[in-house]
Amino acid sequence: MKKFLSVLLAVFLVSSLTVSVSAKTNLAALKGTTLNVYNWGEYISNGSNGSMDVNKAFTARYGIKVVYDTFENNEVMYSKIKGGGVNYDVLFPSDYMVARMISENMLQKLDFLNIPNYKYTDKKYLNLSYDPKNEYSVPYSVGMIGLIYNTKMVTKAPTSWTALWDTQYSKKILMINNPRDAFAIAQSILGIDYNTTKASDWRAAARRLKQQKAVVQSYVNDEVFDKMESGEAALAPYYAGDFLTMKENNPNLAFVYPSEGVNAFVDTMCIPKNALNKAAAELYINFMLEPDVALANAEYICYASPNTAVVSNKNYSLKDNKYLYPDAASMPKTEIYTNLPQSTLNLMGSLWDDVKLYNGNNVKTVIGLSTVAGIAVIYLIFRTVQKKRRESD
Amino acid sequence: MKKKLSIGNKVVASPYLLWSILFIIAPMFFVVYYSFTTSSGAFTMDNITELGKFTDTFLRSIWFGVLATIICLILAYPIAYIITQTSANSQRTMVALVMLPMWMNFLIRTYSWMAILQDTGIINTFFRKIGIGTVHMINTPGAVILGMVYNFLPFMILPLYSVMSKLDKSVIEAAQDLGGNRLTIMQKIIIPLSMPGIASGLTMVFVPSVSTFYISQKLGGGSFDLIGDVIEGEFQQLYNYNLGASISLVLMILILLCMVFLNKFTSNEEGMVI
Amino acid sequence: MKIPSKVYTFLIFLFLYAPIIVMIVFSFNSSNSTGLLAGFSFKWYSVLVGEKDIMQALYNTLILAISSALISTVIGTAAAVGIDKWKKNWLRSSVMGVTNIPMMNPEIVTGISMMLLFVFMGKLIGKEEILGFETILIAHVTFNLPYVILSVLPKLRQTDSFLAEAAQDLGCTPIKAFFKAVLPAISSGIVTGMIMAFTLSLDDFIISNFTTGPDFQTLPLAIFAMTKKRVKPDMYALSTFIFVSILVLLILTNVAQARGEVKKNKIAKGDA
Repeated sequence: MKKFLSVLLAVFLVSSLTVSVSAKTNLAALKGTTLNVYNWGEYISNGSNGSMDVNKAFTARYGIKVVYDTFENNEVMYSKIKGGGVNYDVLFPSDYMVARMISENMLQKLDFLNIPNYKYTDKKYLNLSYDPKNEYSVPYSVGMIGLIYNTKMVTKAPTSWTALWDTQYSKKILMINNPRDAFAIAQSILGIDYNTTKASDWRAAARRLKQQKAVVQSYVNDEVFDKMESGEAALAPYYAGDFLTMKENNPNLAFVYPSEGVNAFVDTMCIPKNALNKAAAELYINFMLEPDVALANAEYICYASPNTAVVSNKNYSLKDNKYLYPDAASMPKTEIYTNLPQSTLNLMGSLWDDVKLYNGNNVKTVIGLSTVAGIAVIYLIFRTVQKKRRESD
Repeated sequence: MKKKLSIGNKVVASPYLLWSILFIIAPMFFVVYYSFTTSSGAFTMDNITELGKFTDTFLRSIWFGVLATIICLILAYPIAYIITQTSANSQRTMVALVMLPMWMNFLIRTYSWMAILQDTGIINTFFRKIGIGTVHMINTPGAVILGMVYNFLPFMILPLYSVMSKLDKSVIEAAQDLGGNRLTIMQKIIIPLSMPGIASGLTMVFVPSVSTFYISQKLGGGSFDLIGDVIEGEFQQLYNYNLGASISLVLMILILLCMVFLNKFTSNEEGMVI
Repeated sequence: MKIPSKVYTFLIFLFLYAPIIVMIVFSFNSSNSTGLLAGFSFKWYSVLVGEKDIMQALYNTLILAISSALISTVIGTAAAVGIDKWKKNWLRSSVMGVTNIPMMNPEIVTGISMMLLFVFMGKLIGKEEILGFETILIAHVTFNLPYVILSVLPKLRQTDSFLAEAAQDLGCTPIKAFFKAVLPAISSGIVTGMIMAFTLSLDDFIISNFTTGPDFQTLPLAIFAMTKKRVKPDMYALSTFIFVSILVLLILTNVAQARGEVKKNKIAKGDA
């Protein structure tokens, strides 16, 4: 028995040595390689206003070059990856998109031995429905969508999503430019589940959105920052974290979680199937989970952090922010998105087309075009008649 | 000797022939292929039948394109003529000044118009100062057409100027000697002779106006999606390559028809000169 | 010039230059607003120089424009020289028709069709991440070629077709005859085509959007990404800088051209 144990110990020691040796050679091998990161816009601490430049710090520590590309929403990211022709090593999809990409075999499992900082992840964001065994994703930021408004431009503080349909603020209302979030807002008002598969539900929501078009100034993603800060628009649905960023530039802005309910989301870090530099990707994910880096990101993007080291940090300025970390009393009704079946997704896409293209006054266009066409045809006939007459002279 | 020359002429052009087959013709086949298949590769006519819901958008895009082209023509014609009437040195300078904005990045020029036309923009700030109040200009069809006219006006001015500057002055002088006043000369001599320039200008403004996608997003606010926006959306947001390809195919055919129509319209004129 | 003409010209140029004036003025804005002028400051120019990504994108754009202009000029000139001598049959008209396609096609259709082609080719050769410098270069050469060909062809038609034969009678080989006799005569067409190609490449963004990869960002694409987020005046600083450089270039070429013509006139008059 003793001999057996000592052999076992020897084997264990040798293997742990080789593991740490290979880990060291890994880092050396990665120096000088490139990492392609695909993240949301305005979603990382980038060194402005004295904050940490996270990508620069990563390159400084590991010698890996970071190519940083941004997308405006999940659907754009999905289309780019699915369309092929490009390779990224780290992606930042949201919950429902992770579920969709897992079901379509677009992500690869993470090797958590290479991500020891995973221990800082708050347990309440683990084992969620989109990645039940936590194999493919690591939470990056969490939050909820709400209603941002300019106190100087609205007469009464809004409490309901219907404020975005209010004709009193016609053309001063912004709407979010992605189908999932836009439909969810309409579904909140109608009391429908965000993840319904009933076609009639989606059509009802689409009708509501078409009614809104007349008062919408613009459909936006990140353009919302400039428009709300400058006072060009008065109301916009957007995320709590972005509201805090905007408020720094325009103190007249306020935020509310409408009573009908809001979407809660988890944005995660994942590695796509065809990533060329998986080792560097895992290193990057681990880096993002490091307490200082996570703190820098949380302070910059102002979203709630799923990182326990951040939330418990005394210096974290947003720790008690009621919008990011509401207490039980002010917690709004929330619902998370799940992945929808392909037939529902197709219906959603088609209805979104209808909403974006819906335009009440087509009459002008038809009249205008037919007039021009008519004039042109008459002119041509006149010309040919003239020619014939001249030839017969 | 002649045979050697003719083979030599084919050989020297062959890199281009190969290139055009590979990179001009082949992509067209892909557009056709994707238009008539589903995402799994099966043949279908669904993408074509689905196009019905885009008729309004097609009509709107063509209408905006026509408007923008006509406005460009009306604005460009006098300025092109005025430039030809100045001295050779100042002609060169003025042409350069017309071309200079074209060298600026198209996105920034359009974005600057947003800054000018916005409710909180330059014009409205000025209006508020002098007491007129806010005039809502952005996110209207007018703003989109303004953006199109602005971006493509030099493409109308330059061909017009190019043709008008080559006009034989003696023809105009002969007409004047025969007693023609300015209006008649304009109508019967200058306009018909500048038709090739007009045709070229019309083409170079109409095609990009109909298919633009950035101008309508920034100056129209996403409420006046034009056909270019729809195509971009299908490819980059909705991942529906098949529908996007079928819309592109129809757009290409539509533009081809308009060009044929335009050719018939302008080539008739060439028979009018004495 | 009469008064109405003067007024009209002024208005048109005001219209053409309004956004450019706005851009230049706001590049010196001391606040980071793009709508409200706060004060005068050079800070955005220093921010600009510090933005490594933008400098890299500028560098990429220049490399791309120069390469695509050179390649398309060589292939296009060769093509024009060959096609000019062809018989006017179905082959010639169909090739000229194909040449017109990239010009007639809306840019977005050219962009997506090339993307579809490249992705397919990528799958064929097993290189999934095919989009990058090579693909965007191919796309740029493709849309530049028609402009080169259509600039050189008219010049070839103007050139005396017996020029090359005359040179050969005097003892040149056919190739030498081309380089010594024909090429100088069509040089202005080649130069025009090359400049057009360079300009088109510099400013292209729709086709570039669909045919490039994440590691090759061009300036128009970087600006496009910037306008989708919050815009900072360093973008204006960049454009002002480009504008001033091109203005200087234009002034220099104008002065050179004017001087050249004065010289020509002098020689014609028998002075010099």
